[in-house]
Amino acid sequence: MSLPMFRPQDEPGPSFTGVLRRVGLDPFSAVAAAAGAVPFEVRHGTTIAAIRYVDGVVMVGDRRATAGSSIAHRHMEKVHPADRHSGVAIAGAAGPAMEMVRLFQLQLEHYEKVEGSPISLEGKANQLSQMVRSNLAMAMQGFVVVPLFAGFDVRRGVGRIYTYDPTGGRYEETDFHADGSGGRDARTTIKLGWRPDLSRADAIGLAVRALWQAADEDSATGGPDAVRGIYPTVATITADGFARAEEAEVAERFVTVIADEGAQR
Amino acid sequence: MGALGEAARMSMPFYVAPEQFMKDKADFARKNIARGRPLVATVYAEGILICAENQSKSLHKVSEIYDRIAFAGVGRYNEFDSLRRAGVQHADVKGYQFSREDVDARSLANLYAQYMGNVFTHEMKPLEVEILVAEVGTVPSGDQLFHILYDGSVVDEDRYSVLGGEAEAIAGRLESGFDADWDLPAAIRTAAGALAGPDRTPVAADLEVAVLVRSNGRRAFRRLIDEEVGAALPATVATDSGATDSGATDSAALDTDPAGTTEPDAG
Repeated sequence: MSLPMFRPQDEPGPSFTGVLRRVGLDPFSAVAAAAGAVPFEVRHGTTIAAIRYVDGVVMVGDRRATAGSSIAHRHMEKVHPADRHSGVAIAGAAGPAMEMVRLFQLQLEHYEKVEGSPISLEGKANQLSQMVRSNLAMAMQGFVVVPLFAGFDVRRGVGRIYTYDPTGGRYEETDFHADGSGGRDARTTIKLGWRPDLSRADAIGLAVRALWQAADEDSATGGPDAVRGIYPTVATITADGFARAEEAEVAERFVTVIADEGAQR
Repeated sequence: MGALGEAARMSMPFYVAPEQFMKDKADFARKNIARGRPLVATVYAEGILICAENQSKSLHKVSEIYDRIAFAGVGRYNEFDSLRRAGVQHADVKGYQFSREDVDARSLANLYAQYMGNVFTHEMKPLEVEILVAEVGTVPSGDQLFHILYDGSVVDEDRYSVLGGEAEAIAGRLESGFDADWDLPAAIRTAAGALAGPDRTPVAADLEVAVLVRSNGRRAFRRLIDEEVGAALPATVATDSGATDSGATDSAALDTDPAGTTEPDAG
């Protein structure tokens, strides 16, 4: 490897994907499939959700990855910190999705280091949108990635949630959203329980309940696995930054959910 | 044939001995680097401290390259800043291609040395900069300081390093107070005192201070704000509003001429 010294007119600026292209490592150089080729079975990630509450946003994701009708992975992480004040959750083809998360994290950190200040929250959301769009060739071959982006807007002092479609379309949600195969069931649960003044505990409780309902209806969504001690990923993003909730706290929430479910029968 | 024609049209150049040519280039670089303000880096109990004289709040001399690696430069701002950007780009690409653990200061320092040596030998004008690549180790014995000169020579230091003009005098003052196990305030006090010399009192607003802290999590780099620096300095002239104002004026004046087309230094 040599020192990447660019002429001023070729300087890629603060974009890491720009640097990668300049040095011949374009991460989105998908090869078009031959006509009539059938997409092969790959690992898929499933239900993810984000809920706004008084201090910011809570993000959750189950841990199951499926390949067709079999369980491919029992403890996949779908909720990741994007940088100090934002997080990204992923649903869809696991391979390109994990690569996208890695690139997105690097893109934000690279910009921050080169420019000396972080990107605005909206700027981060737009960067992710461009990455989803860059994956369109892969999406057309069946390897769709649908991220969910949430963060704490330090300039405005509020939590914000952005959703995406496979073409890179970016939509800001006001209060909550859920995506992936169990997203519809999770959304319904959140819709019934959401209030504008949710506390941290209430927001985590609601998110965990939504995942429970999604796992109840959707075979690709994993529920809490008390035998192996695997619980969904729960993270909060506030003015203090991205923080993962302890597994013990998540386990405790599920105990409450299960008790409530049992009481209704 | 074309080259012959060129030579014939040009007036015949005087013969300059290679020794003289290199010496002239070295003198030119040294002189302009010495005109800028100096910088010191030293190890301390929790990591590495880098302390620079810099009145600008926005044009940095000290920056983060990677998780455990920092960069510092003195001399012509636009030149060391493009070296800094290249370092960030190299480190991020390497970490992406391999692993974050594989990014290290030694290989980056070698790349810088090769590039700067190449410019010194082959270009008309050498780079008018001295740079530092610092890496904090997981244990104190792993701390590394690479000081790279305008001609590509590398000095590997494990205690402290001084860049810029008056380096020997500053190193002498630093040496007399040096202690590898000192805490951060003591290190700041001695580093700032060494930079200022016996005739001046260091002021937080004129200093740019950053640390690589072993226990700071994945990203070890952290900038210190004026209040933190001021608290460590001897309490003769605290950072009052007057000092802050003059700093703001300086950076505003610099913003209009960021490349430093005439002045070789940012600070």
